[in-house]
Amino acid sequence: MTNKHASNLAQRLETGLFTVTAEVTLPDSIEKEALASRAHILEPYCDAINITDSTGAVPHFSNIAAASILIENNIEPIIQFSCRDRNRIATQADVIGAHAMGVRNIFCVTGDGVQTGDHPEAKAVFDLDSVTLLTTINHLKTTGKFLSGRKLDSKPDLFLGAAVNPFVPPFEQRALRLLKKHRAGASFFQSQYCFDISRFESFLLLLLELTNGSPPPVLVGVGPLRSARFARWLRENVPGVAIPDHIINQIEKYPEKEQQKAGIEACVKIVEGVKNLTGVAGIHIMAHNWESSVSEIVEATGLTKTGRNN
Amino acid sequence: MNKVRLLEFTYLFCLKILSRLVPVLSEKRPFIGFMVASEKAFKKPLFGCQMCGQCILHYTGMVCPMGCPKNLRNGPCGGVRGDGNCEIKPNMKCTWVRAWDNSTQMMVFTESIEEIQTELDHRLSGTSAWINELGGGNDE
Repeated sequence: MTNKHASNLAQRLETGLFTVTAEVTLPDSIEKEALASRAHILEPYCDAINITDSTGAVPHFSNIAAASILIENNIEPIIQFSCRDRNRIATQADVIGAHAMGVRNIFCVTGDGVQTGDHPEAKAVFDLDSVTLLTTINHLKTTGKFLSGRKLDSKPDLFLGAAVNPFVPPFEQRALRLLKKHRAGASFFQSQYCFDISRFESFLLLLLELTNGSPPPVLVGVGPLRSARFARWLRENVPGVAIPDHIINQIEKYPEKEQQKAGIEACVKIVEGVKNLTGVAGIHIMAHNWESSVSEIVEATGLTKTGRNN
Repeated sequence: MNKVRLLEFTYLFCLKILSRLVPVLSEKRPFIGFMVASEKAFKKPLFGCQMCGQCILHYTGMVCPMGCPKNLRNGPCGGVRGDGNCEIKPNMKCTWVRAWDNSTQMMVFTESIEEIQTELDHRLSGTSAWINELGGGNDE
């Protein structure tokens, strides 16, 4: 029997095809169409689309509902699960519910603290951490059982991913942390925004050394900066985003009206700098509230669907 | 001897003694009371112990991972600040940056930080970690 929801992402990464994923900005809307129209802008350029999980500790469209809407529209989702809002009971319940809706790719992250968001008075859960979130979902996947040992009718078919941030301390530990997540069940990785190619290269070198040259697939996180002001805001307010001054200065050289273009150019430069590195399996584009920039980045770097499959 | 090694040595010393005592005494109420009280008395001021009852100090450079505001027990999140401080508490050094630094100074447990720690059993909160670890007759 063919599995109509089999993960295309898994097939691509396992066969070593260069892969492009992107994050859709979840709209503050109560209508399906608001999300679907954004996802359709990305779809022609991506192999799968990330659905965040109330990122930045701000409530957004439910990740499972959003993933179901994408599946209805024949778009493959990568659904993000964070540890902030669910304990192990809710997590396992949501994972099997998502699987029933056709979700195959699950991306496990720690999650931003509630202090980051617009409800800093909320109770943060963190019953699991990103590694035990992976082991918990991997347990469902490999045994078909909940942590308690209670059985499901069959094993869920899941492809698990995890985050890596080589751009913040402790730098020398980040490759080891990736491998810990790999042992815990993660089969692919997407990185935080890369604005520092040399930092990424040293991370990659260590990872290649630790894995005798065959690391699990890593997609490099990239994104366009809309303006120098936005770049500063991002650096100050989003945990874990490191943007070197020279990138911001480069964009600031232009008058405000032309900064968007300069931001896309800077992003294209980063993609060009990382796409051919050994150990890079693809890129992951996070264009916050700016879906239309994805086509420009993909086209300028020769990574359209036809371009990257040749 | 530096502080990390001294703590590691103390851990090994306690392990040696308690792995004999605990299996014999772990059912005795006065002993349980004594262990809980002394863990509170020593580990709280030394490590900021929160009595999770599942101590993994020697895996984490003798830095208590429960001091991480997200209670992460398997490594740092991706939100660490450029200066190595915590995403949530900007004036506090990241627990895992400290754990990583310290673990490289250890004699026996340098690589233990790479081991996967299982999820916490919240029922054990407030109980003696030594009894939980050694009480089942698991004399090493």
